[in-house]
Amino acid sequence: MANVVEMSHIFKSFGPVQALRNVDLLLGYGEVLGLVGDNAAGKSTLMKVLTGAYSPDSGTIRFEDAQVQWTSPHESRLAGIEMVYQDFALAGNLDICSNIFLGRELAQPVLGGGLRLLDEKQMEEASRNLLERLKIEIRSVRLKAENLSGGQRQAVAIARATAFQAKAVIMDEPTAALAVKEVAKVLEIIRGLKEHNIAVIIISHRLQDIFQVCDRIMVLRQGRNVGERLVAETTMDEIVAMIVGAKEDAQSASVRSVAAGV
Amino acid sequence: MPDDVRESLDDLGRATGNAARNLLDRYGIIAALLVMVIVLTILKPNYFPTVGNLTNVARQISFNALLALGQFIVILTAGIDLSVGSVAALSMVLLALMTHSGVPDAIALLGALGVGMFLGLLNGWGLTKLRLPHPFIATLAMLNIARGITFLVSDGVPISGLPPAVRWFGSSDIPLFGEGDQRVVIPVSLIVVLVAYIAAGVFLVRTRTGRHIYAVGGNPQAARYAGINVDRVLNIVYVLCGLTAAMGGIVLAGRTNSGYPNAGTGAELDAIAAVIIGGASFFGGRGTVEGTFVGVLIMGLLRNGLNLMDVSAFWQMVVIGVVIVLAVFIDVLRQRTPQQSR
Repeated sequence: MANVVEMSHIFKSFGPVQALRNVDLLLGYGEVLGLVGDNAAGKSTLMKVLTGAYSPDSGTIRFEDAQVQWTSPHESRLAGIEMVYQDFALAGNLDICSNIFLGRELAQPVLGGGLRLLDEKQMEEASRNLLERLKIEIRSVRLKAENLSGGQRQAVAIARATAFQAKAVIMDEPTAALAVKEVAKVLEIIRGLKEHNIAVIIISHRLQDIFQVCDRIMVLRQGRNVGERLVAETTMDEIVAMIVGAKEDAQSASVRSVAAGV
Repeated sequence: MPDDVRESLDDLGRATGNAARNLLDRYGIIAALLVMVIVLTILKPNYFPTVGNLTNVARQISFNALLALGQFIVILTAGIDLSVGSVAALSMVLLALMTHSGVPDAIALLGALGVGMFLGLLNGWGLTKLRLPHPFIATLAMLNIARGITFLVSDGVPISGLPPAVRWFGSSDIPLFGEGDQRVVIPVSLIVVLVAYIAAGVFLVRTRTGRHIYAVGGNPQAARYAGINVDRVLNIVYVLCGLTAAMGGIVLAGRTNSGYPNAGTGAELDAIAAVIIGGASFFGGRGTVEGTFVGVLIMGLLRNGLNLMDVSAFWQMVVIGVVIVLAVFIDVLRQRTPQQSR
């Protein structure tokens, strides 16, 4: 399967600090990739480079087989890379429907086009369909976000990220703030994205969640690739060893072949 | 399965909490308004429910209603505009000066509105360009600057005698029906207020920018992530607030047939009080134009009722202070409910 994202030889420094040193990342269509590493391993920096929040010092980024140089997350978002933030990033005072369409509201011209009014009916219907498609069960899309549980809010945040033809969704600690019983539900929704051929990158410290939901795990340490494993072919111990550096796994051609095999 | 059941119950609990809260949100202050009307009617049956008195109340509240409308939009973004009284005064005095120096009425009126919008834009820039930490600062500065300029350009004296076109907005009535003493009229200033409120209501609830204003008030970070240009939204909000302040200045100029430099002193506090009594939250993102209008009515009727009952102006201040505390206390209770029902 072809890759939706290919980052190669990414370098990024902040003054004397080398945050990323020759990092590669491949992400297949519909693949769920776990991005793990200790604090300051470069996970967030790599994702910010991907979305255009940072520009790399060197290296190339290809998205859907075309080289890209985004200068802001807004551009990457238009192209089809969405980000789901840890703190849910929903406006609590707005309802689910308004949150899903926030910043992308549908509006219809009235009075000969002089005024554009929100098309609530269409947005409500689209929101309902979207939740249904992702098997998210919430009584009404008119509920305010502040009245949802943490898991429901995360589900809505994920739904919003996938609402507009997203090809890839980056999730920063999607389960960190959730009650135990809600984690399973959110993981189920993430797995469900596969059906819609949406690729996912999950940054998480919760390895048990990564193992449950990911196809492949990529480990960063001190700004370098230290290894990649298919979830089916590794153990939590091995990944932990790679994260803390007990076992070096020199970057090699095998990384690419592993990725291509997904 | 038990989990599912518990969750449905949770949902139900939340929904009931919501319904109770929405009821309080929607009808609480209207009930307060009705109680006031009934009490005043019983206490002063010969004075309060008369056409003359109510028309007078309508005319008196126009100024505060317009200032409160802009203030409400600002408070929706968790902001505040302390400069509305001064901005209204400067617009009013410049309007009077322009008409006295032969500027055509229409241009003078548009000029006054433009001045209000420009001062509002400066308030917005203080927040979005200078990055002053809180709109309190920029608008407190504007309160002083605009008031100072008002005194400078007017030499500190009222400019009396305005053309009929200007006076029309503040002091004319449109007859509805009836003759002589039974004549029922609607003040032009009240029509201005109603049109402004309806327009603002449509803008806030039915347009994209309006939705963005609520989003910025609810969670500015989420709004930014969603690609909303938060600075643009804030600038718009303060420009609108300047605009309604200038409209207030025009209406007041029309009513008093003059532009006087200490007009609207302290009016910003009345506007804020009306918005808060009307159920908007100081924390942003919550409130409606209808609520604000009811808040203005409550303030107006309170003043009128206390006047009719010969309560001194000093006691009126005390009463209004108490009402503000009560209104905000209700807001605090409302903020607490969602956490309890979770």
